[in-house]
Amino acid sequence: MKVLSKPVADKSKYMDLLRQMMLIRRFEEKASEMYMRGKIGGFLHLYIGEEAIATGVMSVLGPDDYVVSHYREHGHALARGMDPKVIMAELFGKATGSSGGKGGSMHLFDASRNFMGGYAIVGGQLPIAVGLALAAKYRREDRTVLCFFGDGAVNEGEFHESMNLASVWQLPVIFMLENNLYGMGSYVERTHAGGKDIYHVADAYKIPAAQVDGMDVLAVREATEEALKRVRTGSGPVFIEAMTYRFRGHSMADPVAYRESSELDQWRKEDPIEKFKVVALREEFVTDDELQGIEAGVQATVEAAIRFAEESPEPELDTLHDNVYA
Amino acid sequence: MTIASSQKAERGNISFVQSINEALRQEMERDPSVIVMGEDVSGAAGRKDQGFEDAWGGVFRLTKGLGPRFGPERVRDTPISEAGFIGAAVGAAATGLRPVVELMFVGFYGVCADQITNNAAKMHYMFGGKVKLPLTIITNTGIGAGAAAQHSETLYSIFTHFPGLKCVVPSDAYTAKGLMAAAIRDDDPVIIFLHKLLLGRTRAGLRQSEEYVVPEEPYIVPIGKANIAREGSDITLIGIGYTTVLCLQAAQELEKEGIDAEVVDLLSLSPMDEETVLSSVKKTRRVVITDEDYPRCSVASDLSALVAEEAFDYLDAPPKRVTPPHTPIPYSLALERLYPPTKEKILAAVKSVLE
Ligand SMILES: Cc1ncc(C[n+]2csc(CCOP(=O)(O)OP(=O)(O)O)c2C)c(N)n1
Ligand SMILES: [Mg+2]
Repeated sequence: MKVLSKPVADKSKYMDLLRQMMLIRRFEEKASEMYMRGKIGGFLHLYIGEEAIATGVMSVLGPDDYVVSHYREHGHALARGMDPKVIMAELFGKATGSSGGKGGSMHLFDASRNFMGGYAIVGGQLPIAVGLALAAKYRREDRTVLCFFGDGAVNEGEFHESMNLASVWQLPVIFMLENNLYGMGSYVERTHAGGKDIYHVADAYKIPAAQVDGMDVLAVREATEEALKRVRTGSGPVFIEAMTYRFRGHSMADPVAYRESSELDQWRKEDPIEKFKVVALREEFVTDDELQGIEAGVQATVEAAIRFAEESPEPELDTLHDNVYA
Repeated sequence: MTIASSQKAERGNISFVQSINEALRQEMERDPSVIVMGEDVSGAAGRKDQGFEDAWGGVFRLTKGLGPRFGPERVRDTPISEAGFIGAAVGAAATGLRPVVELMFVGFYGVCADQITNNAAKMHYMFGGKVKLPLTIITNTGIGAGAAAQHSETLYSIFTHFPGLKCVVPSDAYTAKGLMAAAIRDDDPVIIFLHKLLLGRTRAGLRQSEEYVVPEEPYIVPIGKANIAREGSDITLIGIGYTTVLCLQAAQELEKEGIDAEVVDLLSLSPMDEETVLSSVKKTRRVVITDEDYPRCSVASDLSALVAEEAFDYLDAPPKRVTPPHTPIPYSLALERLYPPTKEKILAAVKSVLE
């Protein structure tokens, strides 16, 4: 196990980070159970193993900053502070869900938190991020846009067009690449000509770039903090590549026949939650009792979300016709 | 053309997916110029050297087993770069290769529309017939799986709109295999649209003959020909892909009430078999058109116009369309259920036409 980067000198911050990662983990474990029981339909893409990235990023992002994401966005939405109940209800397709059941797992949205949506066409969220940044700059607002995307998305034209636009127009975008080494079953080294260290692509667009350990919540936090400082000076976008691994299949339908189980075992040793627990205990920022307290609290939150989703009504049938036009 | 009763049960039923797979394998065996490309069509993006092969076989398993059989040069995993690899398929086709590419879900067409509608559709014409593009695009359509607005669309009308593209929609395992083979052998770009709800099915389920199975030997279902899936005299139901199944179910129900419905399985949207449609409608004098695509500027409205313009004098009632509403596709099962054509909606439409 690699040693985590330097501790944040504030006990409550530690607890928050841990609680957040654990909430995402438990929420998704439960969601996967609900999927198996037919309560959740469509596609379900789990973020398990990658929790440190969303958690680290959101712990320093300002409330006015925008977030855009893809279809693997439960973790991003939770870390951004979206109500777990409302997310779970959306996964259940209920009227009380974030989009009234219209969107489901891949299309979470919360304007009140500037969480500007999950998009399911690979790469489709990148130009949206550029547009949000363009609007912020146009209005002279002090807002940054943080855009999540995967290693597979880098091979879409929209990625390159967005990088170029953001740089040419000096827009406040943080391109947050979650490199989990696979796009569906395709290994990054066989699909990306530049190999698995993707951040080099940013050079071509004169965008400053860094690679961080995406299994280390503090490293992600620190990298995001630095990126924010830089972007807020108005000098244009920043690119961060967080190296990570998804512990589960691409979606619930994935038999995961394209990687060795030993590879997964290796990465499980880097489990961002377990690693962080060790540090937190070692640094005495958290006691065993407190850990148990966090676990119990998180469980209760997830149970409440399930109950809320179960008990919520189905959408009214005529809402089918609502929201087609403004 | 009637294909329903001609086949004998010589082997077990194979599914729609297996039919497509078999057609691909047989065409690849027959013709070395056939290659397959797409995301995880084999799986693991060419890590055969590391022991990973056929890890996926396509998300719908349409290309399962082709990687081990034909090797990574002919069954090529691509990066997520649809504009790139579909455009590359157009280029390769211009030299006489017969690429088959998978566009995983039809809703992804947006990122590669330029290559399909500006290049593939037009090159033969704008280069004065000097180049042929024997290219096949396989794509998945349809709702019924809770896949929400971006993964459930039908959209074949968009491609039908473009002269130069051929569009086919199989309705069962038999037509799937035959149209797949026909598409590969065709010298024009052909898009074959496969509905999610058909993939696991064996026979159409409701073909009249219980002995209806998919022959093992290669055969084609000709592009540009509709099939009379059920003969009848009182009303024509036109189905496209999965809605043909619904039309056949409705026809069974109607039979109990003494209504004898004819079901036309359109199969080919472009070119369209106007003759079969018109002669059926002229015979039954009534028509219900079913289509899961968005209703505006659709194949259904095209058919309705065709019937109105060419068979008006024969009609006892105006043509009636059964389509989804003019809305995107909702996620929630409660709403999704309301969205597409159903047997009940078809029956209601039939009643209103017969009144
Ligand atoms: C344009 C487009 N092509 C293909 C897909 C199917 N698809 C969905 S997710 C995915 C893999 C994306 O991988 P990556 O960007 O690495 O993100 P990850 O899933 O690993 O988080 C693919 C191929 C899609 N949704 N959109
Ligand atoms: Mg990935």
